[in-house]
Amino acid sequence: MDRVRDSSASVAGEAVELVRVCRAEYRAIGRLTERLRPTRQSIRTLQTQFPHLPPSTLLSIFSQEYQKRMKRSMVRHHAPDVVKEYYQRYRSEAKTRPAAPLLLELANQVDLSPALLARLIVECFLEERQASVASRHVLNNMLREPYLIPDLLLAKHVEQCTVNDCCYGPLVDCIKHAIGLEHEDLLRDKLRERNLSFLDENQLRSKGYDKTPDIILEVPIAVDGHIVHWIESKASFGDDHSHHTYLNEQFWSYCNRFGPGLVIYWYGFISELDCQRDRGILLRDGFPSDIVTLCQGPARSRV
Amino acid sequence: MAALLESLLLGRIYESQNFPFKFSKEEFVPFVLNFLWDQSSQALTHGPTTPAKTPSTSRSRRSAQRPSLGDFMTSPPEAQPLRTAAQRPQEEWGVWWVCVRPSDGNSRCCDGGRRSRGVGRNEPVATKPSRRINPTPVSAERPNSKPKSCFTSTALSLPSSPPTRPESAGAKLTAGSPLSLQEERELLRRERSELAQQTSSPLKTTSAIRTPTKTVHRQGSKVTPDLQSPCPDPDKVTQKSELDLLAELYCTCISENLVPCVFLELFFMLQLLTSRGVSVSESLTWETDCVYFSVRVLENQLVSHLDKCTLRLLSENERVGTFSSSLRDRLAQAQDSCTAKVSVIPFQPATDNRTNFSSDRAFHTFKKQRDMFYGLLREWEDSHKEPGWDFEAALGSRVRTMVSQLTAAGSHSHFAGLFQKQLIQMCKGPCVLGSSNNAPDADLLGMLGADSLGRLKHLQQCLVQPQGLFGPCPPPSFPGHQEFFKHFLQTASCCQLNQHLKDGLCQQLLKLDEVSILAPDASPALGEETGDGDMEQQVRKQRFSTVLLTARLLAQFLSFISFLPYQTTELPSRDIQDAAITLRSKSSPVLDVCAVLRSSVHRRRTILTVHWMVEFLSMLDYAGPFLSCYRTALCLLLQIYKMVLGRGGELCYMNQLLMVAVLGWLFQIPIFPEDLFFSTDLKEEVKELEDITSSQGLDTFPLVDQQLLYTCCPYLGEFRKLLAAFVAGSTSKSGGLIRKITPTSAPVNSRSFWPCRPCAFFHNQPPSLRRTVEFVAERISSNCVKHIKSVSHHLVSFFFFLHVNPCKSIKMFSSFHIFLTLCVVGLCLCWSS
Repeated sequence: MDRVRDSSASVAGEAVELVRVCRAEYRAIGRLTERLRPTRQSIRTLQTQFPHLPPSTLLSIFSQEYQKRMKRSMVRHHAPDVVKEYYQRYRSEAKTRPAAPLLLELANQVDLSPALLARLIVECFLEERQASVASRHVLNNMLREPYLIPDLLLAKHVEQCTVNDCCYGPLVDCIKHAIGLEHEDLLRDKLRERNLSFLDENQLRSKGYDKTPDIILEVPIAVDGHIVHWIESKASFGDDHSHHTYLNEQFWSYCNRFGPGLVIYWYGFISELDCQRDRGILLRDGFPSDIVTLCQGPARSRV
Repeated sequence: MAALLESLLLGRIYESQNFPFKFSKEEFVPFVLNFLWDQSSQALTHGPTTPAKTPSTSRSRRSAQRPSLGDFMTSPPEAQPLRTAAQRPQEEWGVWWVCVRPSDGNSRCCDGGRRSRGVGRNEPVATKPSRRINPTPVSAERPNSKPKSCFTSTALSLPSSPPTRPESAGAKLTAGSPLSLQEERELLRRERSELAQQTSSPLKTTSAIRTPTKTVHRQGSKVTPDLQSPCPDPDKVTQKSELDLLAELYCTCISENLVPCVFLELFFMLQLLTSRGVSVSESLTWETDCVYFSVRVLENQLVSHLDKCTLRLLSENERVGTFSSSLRDRLAQAQDSCTAKVSVIPFQPATDNRTNFSSDRAFHTFKKQRDMFYGLLREWEDSHKEPGWDFEAALGSRVRTMVSQLTAAGSHSHFAGLFQKQLIQMCKGPCVLGSSNNAPDADLLGMLGADSLGRLKHLQQCLVQPQGLFGPCPPPSFPGHQEFFKHFLQTASCCQLNQHLKDGLCQQLLKLDEVSILAPDASPALGEETGDGDMEQQVRKQRFSTVLLTARLLAQFLSFISFLPYQTTELPSRDIQDAAITLRSKSSPVLDVCAVLRSSVHRRRTILTVHWMVEFLSMLDYAGPFLSCYRTALCLLLQIYKMVLGRGGELCYMNQLLMVAVLGWLFQIPIFPEDLFFSTDLKEEVKELEDITSSQGLDTFPLVDQQLLYTCCPYLGEFRKLLAAFVAGSTSKSGGLIRKITPTSAPVNSRSFWPCRPCAFFHNQPPSLRRTVEFVAERISSNCVKHIKSVSHHLVSFFFFLHVNPCKSIKMFSSFHIFLTLCVVGLCLCWSS
């Protein structure tokens, strides 16, 4: 986990030049991740295979791929009898060898994310104790702070799961949120550095905008020959799935209101996705260095 | 009438009183036009049969002209052209109505049919001078009749006009004998059958143009030798004096605005110029006479305001060169002379945030509507050009879902506002389709670079686009992105939305009509071009062009929505029509067109108002022109055309040209009642119009340039097509179909975005900011220019002084002064570059 945090910090600190990830390469990474578990070892394996890509990019890709995989197998794991069976297995094992990392082992055996398994088991546990379905809020709190779980042994196992899962769980959510904020902040700093006047999301919301990108530039800029009115920061890798979701829920809406804009995928994106430039959505993997402002004459821009 | 013309041509009469008959102008002009058309049409083997609008061409035929020309062209020889020049206006109505009944849809009207149509009306025979019917007089009943007998009046107030005059001028001009006629008929028959074959083959139906090459090809070996000596010789003109006289007569008709559409006549002349005879024996004499006549007319009617490409083609035309070198030189001299993209309407907190909506629900629905609307627009852009794509099938259900959501939330007015703004934003400019709408393939872009890609696309467009020749009067249409908005409204068919749109369009249209285009301090003196004229004139032109293009767009859509409920595909029968007129005469029209028109004449703003009014009236439904308010408006327009424009003088030339062009177009499109143009019951209106109160108005300022003219009247491009087709025909010896692709520069690529960056700046700012900045910029620039001019004036005198007496002057001017002056010079240079 430390490693993850380190790498993200390094990206945030300085603009790392990313090698373009084309779709073919992305597929190759995807194929490799098929067999990997969400552990640090897996990330290391990826790094040896794709040494030219930054670790944070690989982590982001891996995380997204893993989430997709989990979503696919969700139905299988969530069937009531399957859940029952997992719980029974845990219970019987806990009696025989309580010291072992039982939930992690079980997660590996059934190919499920440890954090998700922990959640299922806790849910079953609460159901059994209270004879009713536990509220979401209570459940989330228990996963976030395992000492709230009445069964100490279970609490220990749950903590092992959440700490060792680099794709799911409250810690990962927290880290992702923080990275997101960090990059938004970084973006604002860069804009201030360049003396560009802008409105951020909070200001927009208070003014009553119905859709709010991270940044609206009060004076537009041009990047690579394209005018930019708004900037959205995404601290993740832009793959097909996430990009299309974002397009429909956010980017087109921004385009429809504020004209052409820029999306920064700080951890890179599949280069083929950058095909809507003429339609007003420009993709970048970092803060653009080739900004042309209104004050600069056309002569300079043509250089 | 024929007699009059004949004696005129023979030089027998010079004064009208010498002639026993009296004709009114209204009778004579259509006669002359018909005469010319009839006489020449046999030479017109190519191009669309120019749609006629002298009284009598049946409406259905004109509309048939567009889908398939071949079908249309086969029928005329059978159609016995019937003409009468004189018609009593009050009777025309009825006749017109009966004649355009859908039953005689294909202009194949037999004699019996015609007679029976007359029955029941006052006039026993449908007396219509029919023009533009390919008129070779082939008829089983009258095998020996000559062309001239056709345009001799059949039933009217001219008893002495003989039904068949063996020696009328027509006979001379045709130089045709019964024998050659026989031959001709044979040829026509053959051609007809070939044409019929052509139309049945799907490949050829699309091309409405019969290029000369094709003709040659069809004629096969018979005409091929003709190609070796294709150029008519000016020395071989057979009827020089008569043709001169006729040309003069014709030119007078044109310049006095006695013809319905000036550009139609011009098109006709170009057709004559590029004509090629059908039959070998006669073709050369024929061509020679036609070309001579056409060149004479072109000499008088200077066409120098056509676009460069047309002028080049015309001046390079070998026939123009051989027949009139002076015209060629003048043409050569005269030669010196944007892409729609989804750009969106910005969200403005002041008008678009929650406080502007009645409920949270309405606010959030509208949020979704906006995205849905643009989603539809993008999808339309991507796919509407694909073959087999259908708006209704692809987007219909989504449009309706969207509109029903609107209805549920009651946010029609907001959406109508967005719709209207988006419409204006996308469609007010000239429409360049397909240039940058479809996002180019990234690979292709990388390979070619943006510039070459643009060129490639342009080339592709040239090759793919059917280059049909539609003549200079196409029916009203919704080009480019307008099509989306039109289909959207049709598909949505939501009365609430339409009502809100009508309100909005009407309001903005009238506001634009009133808008001040002249700068507030525009000095009234017209000749005062010396001061800050150039700059201000440029600004004025710019502003005018924006206002005009927006206004015509709004007018077209307002009219479209207003008359949508009454539109029918078929022309309704007269009874139904009458009932509809009675019914609708009680409800008030959406716009008081007459009042607007009159006021524009009084305030001398016709150049703006008439133009959008033409757009408005062009969308009328079938009954529309017979409602008193619209009929009066049409009459007013006629009046303006004949009286105000015909007289010239006060209006600037280009302003006048634009008005003549659009009015001429209106008078030729199907919806304009055919009888109206040559009817005479307009006298009362004249006085009203003459009473011009304001001495100063838009009309007197030069506001129109060539670019605006071509933007507003894209059909003027037909001239170029015609000439280009001729070039293609004359250079191909093989007789194959050649498509000449004139090298043109690709449209400015979207990547050269610098000019639009100031626009980008204003994009998300409130509109008030833009207005403020524009005002300040205008004042500053104006003052700057004044200042620099005065300084440069001093500078000139200073250098003059320097030149005369260097030593003294240098002593006089301290170095500081010189420095200062040089600074200003530098500034001047910077500014001008």
